Amino acid sequence: MIRRVRDGLAAHPVAAFLAVFAVFPFLVPYRALATQVLIYGLFALGFNLLYGYTGLLSFGHAAYFGLGAYGTGIALARLGLGSVWAALAMGLGAAILGGAVIGFFCLRRRGIYFAMLTLAFAQLLYFIGFHLADLTGGDDGLRGIPQLAVGVPGLSIPIETPIRFYYFAFVLVGLAVVALKRILDSPFGAVLRAVRENGERAAACGYDVTRLKLLSFVFSATFAGLAGALEALRLTVVPIESLYWTTSGQVVMMTLLGGAGTFFGPFVGAATFLVLEDRLSLVTESWPLAIGLVFMAFVLFLPRGIWGTLTGGSHAG
Amino acid sequence: MTPAILVTHLFTGLVLGMILVLLAVGLSLIFGLMTVVNFAHGSFYMLGAYLGFFLLGLTGSFWVALALAPLAVGVAGLLVERVLVRPLYGRSLDDPLLLTFGLSLVMIETARLIWGRIGVTFDPPRELGTAVSLGFTMFPVYRLFVIGVTAAVLLALWVFLARTDLGLVIRAGSRDPLMVQALGVDLGRIRFLVFGIGTLLAGLAGVLAGPMRGVYADMGVTIVIESFVVIVVGGMGSLAGAILAGLLIGEVVSFTTLFAPKLAEIMVFIVMAVILLVRPSGLLGEAGLLE
Repeated sequence: MIRRVRDGLAAHPVAAFLAVFAVFPFLVPYRALATQVLIYGLFALGFNLLYGYTGLLSFGHAAYFGLGAYGTGIALARLGLGSVWAALAMGLGAAILGGAVIGFFCLRRRGIYFAMLTLAFAQLLYFIGFHLADLTGGDDGLRGIPQLAVGVPGLSIPIETPIRFYYFAFVLVGLAVVALKRILDSPFGAVLRAVRENGERAAACGYDVTRLKLLSFVFSATFAGLAGALEALRLTVVPIESLYWTTSGQVVMMTLLGGAGTFFGPFVGAATFLVLEDRLSLVTESWPLAIGLVFMAFVLFLPRGIWGTLTGGSHAG
Repeated sequence: MTPAILVTHLFTGLVLGMILVLLAVGLSLIFGLMTVVNFAHGSFYMLGAYLGFFLLGLTGSFWVALALAPLAVGVAGLLVERVLVRPLYGRSLDDPLLLTFGLSLVMIETARLIWGRIGVTFDPPRELGTAVSLGFTMFPVYRLFVIGVTAAVLLALWVFLARTDLGLVIRAGSRDPLMVQALGVDLGRIRFLVFGIGTLLAGLAGVLAGPMRGVYADMGVTIVIESFVVIVVGGMGSLAGAILAGLLIGEVVSFTTLFAPKLAEIMVFIVMAVILLVRPSGLLGEAGLLE
């Protein structure tokens, strides 16, 4: 039974995503947690495109999450844009631009340098966000983001209640999941995996590997930016920690816990991480200690993560 | 803008640069020999600072703390290599980075449990607590002492790497580990040793920095990112490159503080971006080495 459910989920990831997350808020203790899983799952999904499928370890994905969040937040709170869609577009635009520029710089070095550079550039954005207090609110975070109703042709749908917001996020994350599936199933997605397995061979086959990596980087930043934008709308504030290295570390841990290079791993990992955080923080202030230990145990003994181990590590899942 | 202020900032930059060099050299040694990016390097720096604080309280002597804390950190580093890092040799290069990231979270939270969530401070020893005249201006003796100690340690390290048989093996192991092993050298033991040396240097940097920069649990994270930048700017595997880049960045930060304080932290990364554009392999690095 369990195996059939598991194989069914792995074979039809988009349908499975829709089925699971359509009822997810009723399976967890409270709605806010469900929305968080959805948003951080999307963040991890974007990270996984780069790490799990392209083989590039970014330690600075907070940059794009933060750009998405600040872009959207600034559009609504500072510029007074009246449309959620326009604000989302601004957040996405900031993340895409940031991904393209930072990706260009980081891809000048390969291998382990790459991880260090992504981290360094994310730290740069953190300091910029910290010091540009007039625009970003600095240390206090960006406050006063209004929760506007979402306008669709002929309708204006309020999203203040947690459950309404959940389904608003569900629609957008669902679209992102469909888009990611399309990317992975396309010839471009196949070449990304070829780059992951052997970059030199892919280059010898005539592919412009650096350009492919940059594209993957920008797509990845786009997903992370959408996640950040949704988080800004959900919280109605953007804390400065959105850009901090801890946020970059969080998405790395979520993805690894769930299973890098698997389609569902990021959501499984985000749910595991957030539930652990939620339960542990009730007991002790030192919950990151426990999460750090769990993460180290996974790197040492279960490098394929929860979902990767359950599905036998096949990249199809 | 008097000469006195300029000289003061020159020396302040030198002190910061020396601390960065100590960290970057350890990171670079560990990376060069075992292709491990030790994300927890900053946490060993933090551990050194807290152990210095602890030993100073215990013994009342700064000198005992300065001698013992780095050694204790080095021993902790040896343990970490043996228990945690060694199982990862032969796996993806990303795995040690991921593992040491988890380790640094654990170390930071453990420090908070032991020493509290608010930082601590400790004073330089009384004999170094005064200021000395540099001609134009007064400068704290302790900072000159830090410059002197780091310079001596770096010189010793250079002699060790360039002039001893063990140093030769370490350099050869960074360049071609397979060949070195084929010649009958037990690289496992060398890696063990180098991880210990690298973390010891981080611990020393921590004790030295403690009286100047304060001691708090996540003091290591920002500075480890800056040491990464030093390595990128200096060129991986080059001791001279790390020293040059460390001092350059120390001075850049110090003088930016003078003219535009808000830009100081940002300038570090602007220097890095410029180097990446004009000389991706770093000031003294060889292109393609250790990638």
